[in-house]
Amino acid sequence: MAEAIAFYTLAVLILGLGVAVVTTPKTVHSVLFLVLNFLCVAILYVVLRAEFLAVIQVLVYAGGIVVLYLFVVMLVNLKRAPEAHEDPRRLARLGLGLSGAVLLELAGIVVYSYGRAAPSSAPAAPVEGIVGNTEELGWLLYTDYLIPFEVASVLLLVAMVGAIVLARRES
Amino acid sequence: MIEAYVPILLFLLVAIGFAIFTLIVSSLIQSSRYNKVKLEPYECGIEPVTDARDRYSVRYYLIAMLFVIFDVETVFMFPWAVIMDELALFGLIEMLVFLFILVLGYVYAWRKGALEWA
Repeated sequence: MAEAIAFYTLAVLILGLGVAVVTTPKTVHSVLFLVLNFLCVAILYVVLRAEFLAVIQVLVYAGGIVVLYLFVVMLVNLKRAPEAHEDPRRLARLGLGLSGAVLLELAGIVVYSYGRAAPSSAPAAPVEGIVGNTEELGWLLYTDYLIPFEVASVLLLVAMVGAIVLARRES
Repeated sequence: MIEAYVPILLFLLVAIGFAIFTLIVSSLIQSSRYNKVKLEPYECGIEPVTDARDRYSVRYYLIAMLFVIFDVETVFMFPWAVIMDELALFGLIEMLVFLFILVLGYVYAWRKGALEWA
C-alpha cells in the first residue's frame, strides 16, 4: 500500500517535471527541472529496491550529465531568435512520428508482458555470501552480461573521440 | 526495507524546511530600500561589464564530456571492486580489457591536446 502511494506520487511528479522541462521558455530553468526529474527517478529506484542504480542516478545523471547539459546551454547563443524554418510544421510532424513510435513500443511491451508473471527476482548468485544489491548486480554484469559490459567501454571510447573531434580547435 | 529510508526523508524535509524558513524570516525582517548598486549582480567584487548570458568556450564542454566518461568508467569499477574476490582472475582480466579500451581513448585525448587548457 505504502509502495503504491509512493509509486503514484513519484509517477505524477516525474511526468509533471517532464512536461515542465519541455514547456519552460527559459532553457536554464528547463535544465534545472531536469535535475529534479532525475532525483525523482532516483527515489523511484529506491522504491524498487535498486539502491545501486539510485546512487548512480544521482551521481551520474543529476550530477555529471546535467553539468554537460548546462555547458551546452551556455555554448549556444540563446539571445538570437531561431531562424524560421522554411516549413515550420516539419518539426511537429517529426515529433508526432517519434512519439507515435514510442507509444507503439510501449503498447508492444504491455501486450507482450500481459498475463505473464514477472520474474520473482534476479537469479540467485551462485556464490555463497553474495547478499547485497551491488554484489548481485556486479555478479550479473561481470558474468552473464560480460559482452555488453565490454561493448559499453567501446561506446564510451566513441563518445570520447566524438567529443574531441567536435570540440577540437582548427589548427 | 523501505523504512530504512525514513531518516533520509526526514533529513530532506528538514533541509527544504530550513531553506524556506530562512527565506521567509529574512524577507520579514530585512529592510527593503533598494538602489541601482544594491540590485547589481555581485561577483567577487568585480563590476559586471556585459550580460551574463554570453557564449562560453567549447573547451568547457570538452572537459565536462571527458569528466562524464571517466565518471561512468569509475561507476563500472565499483560493483567489480565489491565482488573482486569472487570473480578472481577472470574478473581481473575482463576489467583490464575494459580499462585498456578506455586508456586508448585517454591516450587519444592526450595526443590531441584535449587535456591542455592553453
